[in-house]
Amino acid sequence: MADTATTNGAVPVPLTTRKDWTSDQEVRWCPGCGDYSILAAVQMLLPDLGVRRENTVFVSGIGCAARFPYYMSTYGMHSIHGRAPAIATGLASSRPDLDVWVITGDGDSLSIGGNHLIHALRRNINITILLFNNQIYGLTKGQYSPTSEVAKVTKSTPFGSLEQPFNPLSLALGAEATFVARTHDMDRKHMMETFRRAHEHRGASFVEIYQNCNVFNDAAFEGITGKDHRAEMLIPLEHGQPIRFGADGEHGVVLRSDGTVHIVDVAEVGEDQILVHDAHRDNPGLAFQLSRLSRGPFEPTPIGVFRDVERPEYGTQMSDQMAAAEARRGGKGDLAALLRSGSTWTVGAG
Amino acid sequence: MSDTTTDEHAPHTLDRVVIRFAGDSGDGMQLTGDRFTTSSALLGNDIATFPDFPAEIRAPAGTLAGVSAFQVHISDHDILTPGDAPNVLVAMNPAALRANAGILSPGAIVIVNVDAFDERSLTKAGYETNPLSDGSLSAFTVYEVPMTSITTEVSKDAGVKPRDAERSKNFFALGLISWLYTRPIEPTLAWIDERFGSKPLVREANVRAFKAGYHFGETAELFESSYEVRPASLEPGEYANITGNTATAWGLIAASVRSGLPLFLGTYPITPASDILHELSKHKHFGVRTFQAEDEIAGIGAALGASFGGQLGVTTTSGPGVDLKSETMGLAISLELPLVIVDVQRGGPSTGLPTKTEQADLLHAMYGRHGEAPLPIVAAKTPAHCFDAAIEAVRLAVTYRTPVMLLTDGYLANGTEPWRIPDVESLPTIDPAFATGPNAEGPDGTPRFEPYARDENTLARPWAPPGVAGLEHRIGGLEKADGAGSVSYDGMNHERMVHLRAAKVAGIAADIPPVEVDDEGGDASVLVVGWGSTYGAIAAAVRRVRARGLQVAHAHLVHLNPFPSNLGEVLARYPTVLVPEINMGQLSRLLRAEYLVPAMSVSKVQGVPFRAAELEAIILEHMGATAAAAPSDGKVSD
Repeated sequence: MADTATTNGAVPVPLTTRKDWTSDQEVRWCPGCGDYSILAAVQMLLPDLGVRRENTVFVSGIGCAARFPYYMSTYGMHSIHGRAPAIATGLASSRPDLDVWVITGDGDSLSIGGNHLIHALRRNINITILLFNNQIYGLTKGQYSPTSEVAKVTKSTPFGSLEQPFNPLSLALGAEATFVARTHDMDRKHMMETFRRAHEHRGASFVEIYQNCNVFNDAAFEGITGKDHRAEMLIPLEHGQPIRFGADGEHGVVLRSDGTVHIVDVAEVGEDQILVHDAHRDNPGLAFQLSRLSRGPFEPTPIGVFRDVERPEYGTQMSDQMAAAEARRGGKGDLAALLRSGSTWTVGAG
Repeated sequence: MSDTTTDEHAPHTLDRVVIRFAGDSGDGMQLTGDRFTTSSALLGNDIATFPDFPAEIRAPAGTLAGVSAFQVHISDHDILTPGDAPNVLVAMNPAALRANAGILSPGAIVIVNVDAFDERSLTKAGYETNPLSDGSLSAFTVYEVPMTSITTEVSKDAGVKPRDAERSKNFFALGLISWLYTRPIEPTLAWIDERFGSKPLVREANVRAFKAGYHFGETAELFESSYEVRPASLEPGEYANITGNTATAWGLIAASVRSGLPLFLGTYPITPASDILHELSKHKHFGVRTFQAEDEIAGIGAALGASFGGQLGVTTTSGPGVDLKSETMGLAISLELPLVIVDVQRGGPSTGLPTKTEQADLLHAMYGRHGEAPLPIVAAKTPAHCFDAAIEAVRLAVTYRTPVMLLTDGYLANGTEPWRIPDVESLPTIDPAFATGPNAEGPDGTPRFEPYARDENTLARPWAPPGVAGLEHRIGGLEKADGAGSVSYDGMNHERMVHLRAAKVAGIAADIPPVEVDDEGGDASVLVVGWGSTYGAIAAAVRRVRARGLQVAHAHLVHLNPFPSNLGEVLARYPTVLVPEINMGQLSRLLRAEYLVPAMSVSKVQGVPFRAAELEAIILEHMGATAAAAPSDGKVSD
């Protein structure tokens, strides 16, 4: 890291490569795991972001994905199950100078840590949350997860799961998230672009990554993310562009007068009827509709940035309140004055 | 209560008095007691208070369940407790009388709001006959005062609705007691102005009620005389009356200032700890961040995240919250990061007695985590001592890179006493000693940073918050290789790490003062060992025993883990060791296990502190003496 690139003039950020962001720890995910490609995408993206290793922190909970921080040569914490958003909240709100990433899985953040996830989103903490969704519990060896499909047969559900799964994007949008996106582990370029956008966003960014667990839930997303299926099954969302997909863009999405969205053949309705994606819409209703366009990874499914709106970020507001308190009191707190701020009396000598 | 005045118009002088204000939860008794306490403190009395209120915000009016009381002990000399048996009871209704008549001292003054003693209220309180006329109060001097009717009468022409005017009757009671004990009225009038300035009608009603109460005492010729309690000769200095929760909050701020570490409080509201959050949230200009989390787990999680970032992470809670925080405390032990967990103990198990005090979380603090997970424990012994205890908890947390539990309780949290305000310069300094550079060499000789390389003396690991190039490191809840800190599943390494973590905490014994024994004569055979809020009651009981010409020793523990290094030797000196606790014998169990001494538990779990008299009787019993055999000279006080 000898060379430097100048950003913002003052303090040059060292030029780095993927290698600089890679720790000396041997990666121990199962061979063929989707986590490898996500790790690679992050390690390849970071040199491009103009950020410093020492100001970057990865915080995780428990699960396969949660081993991620060990493989980054940044600061990092592998914490406890489900609590990463809470820990990251304390870190990011008290250290606004840091880039804080939260690495989590569907069990970690949608089951045991569901409460922390929704509140971090609601508060708009300045963190970037990457949720590795493989629709299964991997580290505990194959139980159904809160995103597993109904009737899924697993070790803990030999007669099929009875539970309605969460739609992670619908959940995030319902939790007042300001940045919501989806990508998948088979497309490094799309991941990098999505992560870049998530990182740029001030406040809480939520990215769901469809990730293959080749041991316990192999090919769960193959039907939509496989090379041969993508054109027909993935619907790229691009801000300001009509929502179209298919090898020749022959399919599209329309908004009906009842507020629902539907897939149509462009030729049948006409190009001007196709919904133009607006990620910056203040009202999350349309993003919510898009999040529910697909019932699962067996139907055409939107990917990309669903929502990207501005709202004051928690840590900044916290700092602003502190600065305002200081201004109002005419400076930093005086301890001696605090200790005498109640009714006091003096007892004389003798 | 010696009576030394002869002039019939001058107030009679008392050396001390215990007054208990009691009424419905909505009657404003806490505020009344608090105001009386403040004016007494400003007058220079020594004071000790005991707010005693139900968990419900407004329990059914007029019932025993809804009685809220505030007890204050004022004196002209140093006192240790809020007093065993009140000398004066102000009862705003029959329920307040019935709930408290049993604890009054013989000959006590009982002032009742006679307007509230109607048939319906008497029935609600469970009285079959009117105690004011059935002779059941003959042991007391009873004054029947029509507080409600006078209060509404005086505000009649002030434009206040009668219903609102009636709510000022607590100020009437305060005025009356202020006259009876010759308290100055100006501080209270000034306070009413400030507090109710924005509500002129309420302000006016309260002022009128307060003055009416005061004048009633003066003119009604009901009372034979008024009384005075002269200033106490406390150690010279500037004093403030302070609650345990405020002292805890200020202690944390002081520790933040003295360490240069910005304070981050991650917490979730819970009785009786919430006031620490309320207090800290006012002081953002000290660089204090307060974060009201979505739950107890997030509260401590955020605090730990802030600690990782180089802040002073603190979480505050009570018993049920400690249950929820246990897993994160284990993580903090594994991460070896500074963190302070304040447990304002209350009656348990489960929701238990939210507003009542208990000391039953000691073993939880000691052992309430899976795995071998030791952490230091500090306990405050009086409301004002919460200030020092909070600073000590921070000192240990920062110096030894460990979570520390600070135990207070409901009695300390809400109780008050005069606190001699310390000189800021006299407070301990705390050095965060952040890591500044590499501390080891890699196999090829290049410098590198090992997050678990330890300081030889303290066994503390380096604290390296993000932001410093070259110190990037990853830590987590998985077992770490000694030194390098990378994940290690090696059994021998695990054993070494378990021993290192234990040795680090145990080693703190060399960094804390030896326990002091108060053994005046030097040859007592009974030692009373206490911890936490039993301090006042034990010290008062010991005074009582000594006033009988007998010897007894008292040792009080502030550090519960590790114990002071001389504790074993101290315990071995006394044939009889008594351990009074507001639990089923948790410290006594630890002492027996640790030192193989026959420490005897003295247990009480009624949601209230020990009374000095009950401890006195127990100590005497264990000395083979009895109250009758060795009468006290009567001059001793609690």
